[in-house]
Amino acid sequence: MAISRDEVLHVAGLARLALTDDEIERLTGELDAILDAVGIVSELDLAEVPPTSHPLDLVNVWAEDEPRPSLPLEDVLANAPDAEGALFRVPAWRQ
Amino acid sequence: MAPVVDTLRLTAEEATSLLERGELSGRELRQAYLDAIAERDGELHCFLRTVEDTEGDGVPIALKDVISTKGVETTAGSKILAGYVPVFDATVAERVKAAGLSLLGKTNTDEFAMGSSTENSAYGPSRNPWDPSRVPGGSGGGSSAAVTAGLAPWALGSDTGGSIKQPSALCGNVGLRPTYGTVSRYGVVAFASSLDQIGPVAKTVRDVALLYSIIAGRDPCDSTTAELPETPRLPEGDSLAGVRIGVPRQLGSLDAIEPGVRDAFERALALAEELGAEIGECDLPTSYRYGMPCYYLIAPAEASSNLARYDGVRYGPRAVAGSYQELVDRTRDEGFGAEPKRRIMLGTYALSAGYYEAFYGQAQKVRTLLIREHRQALAVCDVIATPTSPTVAFPIGDKAADPLAMYACDLLTIPSCLAGLPGLSIPNGLSEGLPVGLQLIGPQFGENTLFRVGHALEQAIGFDTVPERLR
Repeated sequence: MAISRDEVLHVAGLARLALTDDEIERLTGELDAILDAVGIVSELDLAEVPPTSHPLDLVNVWAEDEPRPSLPLEDVLANAPDAEGALFRVPAWRQ
Repeated sequence: MAPVVDTLRLTAEEATSLLERGELSGRELRQAYLDAIAERDGELHCFLRTVEDTEGDGVPIALKDVISTKGVETTAGSKILAGYVPVFDATVAERVKAAGLSLLGKTNTDEFAMGSSTENSAYGPSRNPWDPSRVPGGSGGGSSAAVTAGLAPWALGSDTGGSIKQPSALCGNVGLRPTYGTVSRYGVVAFASSLDQIGPVAKTVRDVALLYSIIAGRDPCDSTTAELPETPRLPEGDSLAGVRIGVPRQLGSLDAIEPGVRDAFERALALAEELGAEIGECDLPTSYRYGMPCYYLIAPAEASSNLARYDGVRYGPRAVAGSYQELVDRTRDEGFGAEPKRRIMLGTYALSAGYYEAFYGQAQKVRTLLIREHRQALAVCDVIATPTSPTVAFPIGDKAADPLAMYACDLLTIPSCLAGLPGLSIPNGLSEGLPVGLQLIGPQFGENTLFRVGHALEQAIGFDTVPERLR
């Protein structure tokens, strides 16, 4: 057993997902099977191998610090489910 | 009177010359595709929506629905983006517009490009033009099926672990996953940022090369893009003299490869040899055992971070809730489908305290091994050849309930994606009456080599891209 129901609940909290009971049950089984399959990466002794975060040899990309027009406010708010003035509107943090 | 356009056979290159010679107007050409869509897309469901394009007068194109199009709804196949209308164009959308191409519509995809069959689309699956009871592959099944069914001469897809190449294999057309960093991701709905690449799908290698030349190149809006070391060239000629093709010795022991797919692969190698290529073995010892596990740690980890932005605050539908916290948690649960949730959970777990080193950290090190072994293999050969997909198109529903079976579809496409390398899939005949794909992998920025080898083999294989049932 790679993952328990409690761990699934903890991870759902971190991931900001209000999972239903059915989903929690299904995901516990599925994640368990998937973690078993992907967990084989631990077979390899990679103590001396550096990690790769990105496939290109990236260097810093510099740009002149010049102001450019940004999106007009009406565009920024165009897709908002709720807005007021120049702000996105949401309910209070906690009830 | 305008000539009758057979959209099933017309290549983008031929369409371009019809327009240039004035034998057809852009509007007439576009109408031919819209007619084909009206005739066949009810069954195939390649398009999530078609659009009226009053600007582009050139060859039409379809774009996968992960590509932002100003003023045209873009959902990434997800309910959480239902009704989202971008206020700017992705760089690739801008570039195809600047080249005069006219937008036909947005094509279906697995939700957030997560899947290998389009069955994860919140808007229903697309179907394979060769056999509508089967999947077209995924995640870019909509774009691929549209090209094969003559609903678009060419299209753009996105590829994270095989989402361009695998659907091209299953639908019998040509798909290119370009070198990481050659095509801008600006304005593309992000899945896994160190892997995502945009690329072309078409009926011929030359069309793919042409479309690649339109979209590729550095973009100031995407700092991971690179200057192309050489200009993309349209391939000509049928000789493979001097080309060394490497076949990973590990392929022989992979039971997942169907016999019919293996036979077709052997035939293609024999043809390549007749064209003058030198066929030899190469070694990818880690790729096929650890590539898939590595990918399904790194991609979900990056996805869990990228998908954190969907919170119901700035765009998309919003759940009814009494507090901000409840609003976010419920919007995400109601908006995401099963596969994105699975990957968000998997990725969050792999990144969480106590598991980071064993899972995500270890996967990043495996990625280093994959990069090294591909570099070593490509030091002794010019291209690596494998089948694209271990199987032909499978029936809709076959793998839908088994995430691991679905993940295994990308066994052969994943390793080179993790290594950041370009891959081209070309049609390689039929097995059981269904298309088989041949995958050619090149070194970083080796697109021109892939085009040359792919074009020569394409001529020798002589595959008819029109599905038998539509001829």
